[in-house]
Amino acid sequence: MTWLASVQGARPLFVKEVLRFWKVSFQTIGAPVLTAVLYLLIFGHVLQDHVEVFKGVSYTRFLIPGLVMMSLLQNAFANSSSSLIQSKITGNLVFVLLTPLSHRAWFLAYVGASLVRGLAVGLGVFAVTAFFALPGLAEPWWALVFAVLGGTLLGALGLIAGLWADKFDQMAAFQNFIIMPMTFLSGVFYSVHSLPPFWQGLSHLNPFFYLIDGFRRGFFGASDVSPWLSLGVVATAALGVSALALQLLRRGYKIRH
Amino acid sequence: MSAVSFQNVTKTFVSGDRTVRALQGVSFDIAQGEFFGLLGPNGAGKTTLISILAGLSRATSGAVTVQGHDVVSDYASARRTLGVVPQELVFDPFFSVRETLRIQSAYFGLRRNDDWIDELLANLGLSDKAEANMRQLSGGMKRRVLVAQALVHRPPVIVLDEPTAGVDVELRQTLWHFIAQLNKQGHTVLLTTHYLEEAEALCHRIGMLKQGQLVALDRTSALLAGTASTMLRFKTDGVLPAALADKARVTGRVVQLPAHDAIEVEQILADLRAARCKVEDLEMGRADLEDVFLAIMQGQQGVSA
Repeated sequence: MTWLASVQGARPLFVKEVLRFWKVSFQTIGAPVLTAVLYLLIFGHVLQDHVEVFKGVSYTRFLIPGLVMMSLLQNAFANSSSSLIQSKITGNLVFVLLTPLSHRAWFLAYVGASLVRGLAVGLGVFAVTAFFALPGLAEPWWALVFAVLGGTLLGALGLIAGLWADKFDQMAAFQNFIIMPMTFLSGVFYSVHSLPPFWQGLSHLNPFFYLIDGFRRGFFGASDVSPWLSLGVVATAALGVSALALQLLRRGYKIRH
Repeated sequence: MSAVSFQNVTKTFVSGDRTVRALQGVSFDIAQGEFFGLLGPNGAGKTTLISILAGLSRATSGAVTVQGHDVVSDYASARRTLGVVPQELVFDPFFSVRETLRIQSAYFGLRRNDDWIDELLANLGLSDKAEANMRQLSGGMKRRVLVAQALVHRPPVIVLDEPTAGVDVELRQTLWHFIAQLNKQGHTVLLTTHYLEEAEALCHRIGMLKQGQLVALDRTSALLAGTASTMLRFKTDGVLPAALADKARVTGRVVQLPAHDAIEVEQILADLRAARCKVEDLEMGRADLEDVFLAIMQGQQGVSA
């Protein structure tokens, strides 16, 4: 089946996946927005007068795009991973396994729904934090490009995690030992230039750093590294992870025995 | 063209250093419009075979086709022609009955399917539950939804994997009435069940699996005519003499013994009298599918298909 046919095939599964989180939007969108706002209140309040990363940008303003992107990434990951593992454990994945949908349609549907959830949460955080400060929109196209690429990358990563994990605690381990450290060491709360050289070097190996840095570029027109470098790194990571996810789906890894 | 064709299907599971040969070269065909029963004890390979047919599992070797479509190389066409009612009682807790059926229709490319969905709901006694959330339904009601889900795309081949396990009499009647009606309209049905009287009443032809091998394959009537002939049935609270206990099939108080002619009947009665075993409700009857099943499962030789 071609990609074009897969897009049509993916539609119903995509709609179902969006409905799934929309029906419980209080916890899938509301809760992460609240968490991000708490981060902003606490860190913003404590660090407001101590930290200035970019010249003329207050810390609260600096923090907002980072929080938006962090929430977007975490929720894109959570959407595909939790949907898959729940369906695997409750057994209702069989309803999709019995359909003629191709592995490409599966990929498009799960990653697409993750992207929508990530963007919805990101917009929610942005809307609520607007009451505190407005970061500005210097080069908005960068913000859009990195938001979409980040949601895709994490949606695909969540798909892989959801296929791989057999139990909820394995999924929690993936989230706590891979996703959380990568988000926190990405420069959400600070500029990596303020870190000691070793940690700065390590941060430069983290694709999440480029996501946050490139995303911030869209708001302030300034960034730690060139947005083109960030785009290269992030696009490569997104392509690599997507290729792996597609390959696992094609083989029916852990879902068709 | 056969509706379903299994050709030399094998399936080997390897877990650690243990190798389980779940299917060892199973071959048979199901004709268009046939009502076919697949029987066998737990672990015989019935569900494995159905999983391979449905694409939930992959055969180690061999080929399976549905309506001429290979289930691996042409899986999309194969799955479009197949409706599978899974054995496990699974559901998606996020949706109502109608939403569940609409979503399932959409997976098969059917956007406006409400007329058929309403017909399914009516036929399965679900009309007043259409807007209820799946979580609110009883086990029997969830089972009905599973059947409806398997039929949303009007598949020419319907597979039911133990659909009546743990189901009350009313649902069983509703279900069989509906499935028999679909079969009359030309749908091919493949049924696995542990209720042998069900298989006897419904199936044109029966295949029996034992330890991954097909040990019987014949028309239901031929299977019934072939093995034991008549049975002596009675109820007793007493202890059967050893000579009879070996041959007897005991279900609670009910004892069944094969008795081919009057001499054998007299011999059994004499043995019972000698053992002072009091019997009630003595009757002679024809062997049923359960007798055939037990005879075949206890026998050694496989029946080549």
